[in-house]
Amino acid sequence: MSGTALDPKTAPAFPIAARTAMKDAQLRKNVRHATEVIQAKRARVVAEMPDWQELREAGKQIRQHTMMHLDFYLEEFERNCTRAGGVAHWARDAAEARQIVTALVKASGSDEVIKIKSMTTEEIQLNQALEEAGIRAYETDLAELIIQLGHDRPSHIVVPALHKNRHEIREIFRREMNLPEIGDRPEDLADAARTFLREKFLRVKTGVSGANFLIAETGGVCIVESEGNGRMCLTLPETLITIAGIDKVLPRYQDLEVMLQLLPRSATGERMNPYNSIWTGVSEGDGPRTFHVVLMDNARTEVLADEEARQTLNCIRCAACQNACPVYRQTGGHAYGSVYAGPIGAILTPQLQEMHHAQSLPYASSLCGACYEVCPVKINIPEVLIHLRNKVVKQNGALNVEAVAMKAIGAIFRSEGRFRAAQRLGRMAETPLVRKDEKGEGWIGWLPGMLGGWTQARDLQEMPKETFREWWEKRGGDGN
Amino acid sequence: MGTKVMATASARAEILRRIRAAKGGASDADAASSEWEGLARGYRRSASLERVAVIELLEDRLWDYDAHVARVARVNVAAQVASMLEARGKRRMVVPAGLAVEWLPAGFEFVVDEGMSAAELNEVDGVMTGSTVAIAETGSVVLQNVAGQGRRAATLVPDYHLCVVRVEDVVETVAEGMERLAPTAELTTTFFSGPSATADIEMTRIKGVHGPRFLDVIVVD
Repeated sequence: MSGTALDPKTAPAFPIAARTAMKDAQLRKNVRHATEVIQAKRARVVAEMPDWQELREAGKQIRQHTMMHLDFYLEEFERNCTRAGGVAHWARDAAEARQIVTALVKASGSDEVIKIKSMTTEEIQLNQALEEAGIRAYETDLAELIIQLGHDRPSHIVVPALHKNRHEIREIFRREMNLPEIGDRPEDLADAARTFLREKFLRVKTGVSGANFLIAETGGVCIVESEGNGRMCLTLPETLITIAGIDKVLPRYQDLEVMLQLLPRSATGERMNPYNSIWTGVSEGDGPRTFHVVLMDNARTEVLADEEARQTLNCIRCAACQNACPVYRQTGGHAYGSVYAGPIGAILTPQLQEMHHAQSLPYASSLCGACYEVCPVKINIPEVLIHLRNKVVKQNGALNVEAVAMKAIGAIFRSEGRFRAAQRLGRMAETPLVRKDEKGEGWIGWLPGMLGGWTQARDLQEMPKETFREWWEKRGGDGN
Repeated sequence: MGTKVMATASARAEILRRIRAAKGGASDADAASSEWEGLARGYRRSASLERVAVIELLEDRLWDYDAHVARVARVNVAAQVASMLEARGKRRMVVPAGLAVEWLPAGFEFVVDEGMSAAELNEVDGVMTGSTVAIAETGSVVLQNVAGQGRRAATLVPDYHLCVVRVEDVVETVAEGMERLAPTAELTTTFFSGPSATADIEMTRIKGVHGPRFLDVIVVD
């Protein structure tokens, strides 16, 4: 496992990366175990809600509504946050966001930061930029700490170290924290993290966070978490810098009543996560004296411009779709080549790359629909996947193999004569590939070129000697 | 600094322009407001249980999270505090300004938080506070920066939290809880649902990482 960041621009195509992941039996075992546990917990706490479907519908409508008034709500958020003593910054892309955050950290007078788990900072590879500027970033979420100390990469939106088991984590802590005697019970490992980080919480003067929700009506920010590391980073430093995608805004405070029910139950299968923090600007004598929020586009407006894919922005990053996905459950997250893995990653990542990279991801799905069923804000992921496949084909031009093949098949299906000729041709063409089994039935174990995808994992039975139509016509065609 | 401010200002204009182009026009307060009012909210927004059952549900959920819970009459709070501190072996507690003095038993040291440093907070045995709202369905208690609850650091750094919840502040659903909080939405607000926890290692929920690892709640009639 390399320590380089997950970058869709340089990552190998999904089928190639997936093949490597599939060979790692330990990884697959860890991913299967973790996703099964979360899925069972989620199912239990969702089942006890008599109004779950109504909450999902409300969640969907709130998010849809927000996107249609995004300019208004962002300006309202900025106004209210500023009034409460916060400072808002805007970043068109990842480079601009990195530049702003780095400058703000330097201006805070610190060469260290404590960080709350934030997929947005992973998206823009912030830690690397900070390091290049001579700023040391400490990840404080247990899973992110495991990733950072293990020089690894996140593989899940909510539980980034889900691909590691306790023995592997123990090895990392033993080596990196210099604790030769450490045990491998989860309690021992959490204790070690507590001791390791407490000194940093009490010392480091600048904190960096993402955001779960920005509240336009009040200018407040909401972060949900489990361990209390979030509260430490939000409360103890003198300066707090929050980076949020422009999609994170919510119209009103009341809308939290929907999101705070949907998110924890979907994400970790809990009725409520241990801690939610809500703060508005700065407050005298309580928490940081300086608060910055960076509102980042980074291609989100491109997603907004595509009417059929716009719903991607409704995502609240619960990862329920990852846990439910039969493809993710086999490959784990790294094969997606992006910090956003699984079904939501398959639609979000290529769009954040403006369809220039990660073009294989919309195909990393069997379109079974499990993701749609569990999505707390009802994003129709299969629909968006098909839309994006269409875009990929169109973008690759009318001359690419898939487009030509589909066109040819369309022409064959339109004409009976061509269809019959194609069947005859198929029987002739397959002859050299067919092998007979002990029952005398013919099987094809290898197909050439693009067709090879079909025979990679299964055999294809040879075509029958006679088609139904031929058989029917031979009988005289009167059905008796 | 001057050039950076300029960059941010042009980034702002550019992002707003992109948003408006993407969705075909600018939005305004009236349109946003009337549409928001019409959003479907078919979920439960009021209590369905009797009061007695709501309080029992809260206690049940808190126990479920591994908190210790006691329910006492108003006059017995101090005695209950003494017994819980005794059981946990705690002597020196930090308290926010404005906490009801009649809740504090003799024989323990209660230090009023007047801007203690994080290092000083790290040295006390625990913290004791009141609360603004408690939500039974999710077993959540909500603190805001008001008298008797105080600033966030004081309920975070110490390893033990003893929290007093008045029955009149207990609601059944999240929606009712948010409604109670709305008038003071801009105060710093912390929801806690059980002691600090993590499930980052093999999805096993274990109690106690960075926030208080031990939590006692007294529900006062």
